[in-house]
Amino acid sequence: MLTIAGRKFRSRLFGGTGKFSSPEVMKEALAASGCEMVTVALRRVDLNNPADDIMSVLDRDRYLFLPNTSGARDAGEAIRLARLARASGGGEWLKLEVTPDPRTLLPDPIETLKATEELVKEGFKVLPYINADPILALRLQDAGAVAVMPLGSPIGTNQGVLTRFQIEIIIAQAQVPVIVDAGLGAPSHVAEAMEMGADAVLVNTAIAVAGDPVRMARAFAMAVQAGRIAYEAGLGAVSKDAAPSSPDDGLGFLR
Amino acid sequence: MFTIPDFPALQDAINRATEVEVLLALRSGSPGLNGLAALLSPAAEPHLSAMAKRSGAITSQRFGRTIQMYAPVYLSSFCTNRCAYCGFSAGNAIDRRVLTFAEAESEAMILHQRGFSHLLLVSGEAPAKVGVEYLEELALRLRGRFAALSIEVQPLATEEYARLFQAGITSVAVYQETYDRDIYKQVHLAGRKADFDYRLETPARAAAAGMREVGIGALLGLADWRAEGLALGLHLAWLRKHYWRTGLTVSFPRMRPAQGEFKPLAPVSERNLSQMIFALRMFDPDVGLYLSTREEARYRDGMIGLGPTRYSAGSCTAPGGYGLADAGGEQFEVGDNRSLAEVSAVIQQKGFDPVRKDWDAVFQTKEDRQQAA
Repeated sequence: MLTIAGRKFRSRLFGGTGKFSSPEVMKEALAASGCEMVTVALRRVDLNNPADDIMSVLDRDRYLFLPNTSGARDAGEAIRLARLARASGGGEWLKLEVTPDPRTLLPDPIETLKATEELVKEGFKVLPYINADPILALRLQDAGAVAVMPLGSPIGTNQGVLTRFQIEIIIAQAQVPVIVDAGLGAPSHVAEAMEMGADAVLVNTAIAVAGDPVRMARAFAMAVQAGRIAYEAGLGAVSKDAAPSSPDDGLGFLR
Repeated sequence: MFTIPDFPALQDAINRATEVEVLLALRSGSPGLNGLAALLSPAAEPHLSAMAKRSGAITSQRFGRTIQMYAPVYLSSFCTNRCAYCGFSAGNAIDRRVLTFAEAESEAMILHQRGFSHLLLVSGEAPAKVGVEYLEELALRLRGRFAALSIEVQPLATEEYARLFQAGITSVAVYQETYDRDIYKQVHLAGRKADFDYRLETPARAAAAGMREVGIGALLGLADWRAEGLALGLHLAWLRKHYWRTGLTVSFPRMRPAQGEFKPLAPVSERNLSQMIFALRMFDPDVGLYLSTREEARYRDGMIGLGPTRYSAGSCTAPGGYGLADAGGEQFEVGDNRSLAEVSAVIQQKGFDPVRKDWDAVFQTKEDRQQAA
């Protein structure tokens, strides 16, 4: 079972709350996904308001809320948002997003590291969203991040795991859980990430803007399970050469 | 510094476009400026429905199934410019007024009660009536209660924008009105606004000051809308290169009947407006696109999901128009009088979420200020 910062998760699929056509569709899709952790943009919700359209439809006993700092351009803004979230009852879990470029929404590695160092000191459980940079992942782990969230491809692009080479290194090296986040546009993409040994994936856009978000959520949940089981079962090595089932290994001369 | 080619050169680039170039632009993930010229051209007109489909798909992908809601608060109808097309023009005989801070707050709070969290503060260009001090004080009074505060006022200096940003102003909208220098001169008869280049450089000053978002636009009806569309594309591309941290938006104010009885010099039909919106969406998938209550309900409803990402509702263009008995004259007549609830209901029926809060004052609030508030 997946454990992050001492908390256990049965599902390795994490959900998001943005881009849905209505809070009701969001609620149903999250239920169908089976996820136990959902991220909510602090810019989008009013944590203090029980009538808030998103907060009011989600059961906080069922889901662990992972507030995110979407929109923050630097460490200072992200830290302010995090403190506000905690003061408003958002808890200690935090998905740290520092994205100074509003066009690509790619994360700023320098500000992300700075903010992680400070927020860890203040007692937050920080899950930083990062480009798939293995050294940055290790630096964040050393700074006290409870997991790292490298991107598969730029957010919302549905391009899948374009950063495969680097994510493989992160998975091989990191001690903290690796959650592949962003750009996962199809169930086959999450299956790929899970087969590689990712501990979990986070999917939002591909479910929220699907023709039928509820069925799509179910498809993603199944793909996550399939990928995980395949990883645990041990996938065969990939080779360019054909491997016959009854090989002549060229060693027949040996006595 | 951003410069704009002469209008005839832009028109020429558009008129040279062929149907083949239109089809290539429709298929391309990033059509670029040549593609934008093709999409704005007459050759693209037979492909309007394909453009709508593509524009809608890009918009959903980037912004999700959401529309952000906002409302304007008109602060003052005083203006030192004489602009041939505008209801607030200095020569027009209308009842002028500027709201006191208490009045402005009360107007804002009416919108708050109606459910708005994103406000656009608008005023005529009269720095002595609504200057930086006024805007700063008002922003400080309002910001704890609203998620985002934008301004559409006279062009300011970089330091002034920086000051307003600190006070909680999130974004700046400043429209060139027209990128055609000749027409610009012809309709901007007197006042600070007669300086084309100073206005053209204003979005860059706002971005340099650290504003989150900068909005540009052309007043549709003054000059050839196709060339305005290409000029907007050039302006967006330049701003993206030079101010990569700044979010960008475009508005499409189409001329409405106003005091002074100015007739549009170059009328823009709904089909034209739609083509312009779709073309710019395909050119820049990340730009926020506004469709205000200048347009009629039928048109706004039809455009939901096809490109625009921000809608206003229940807007009044007179200072004090929401709650004060003695409101001033309007800047222009709105085309869609429905309330936030009514517009939201249609957005929901179309399968989109009318989002009221998509920002937070805390992004720009220094903690000492926050505690003081």
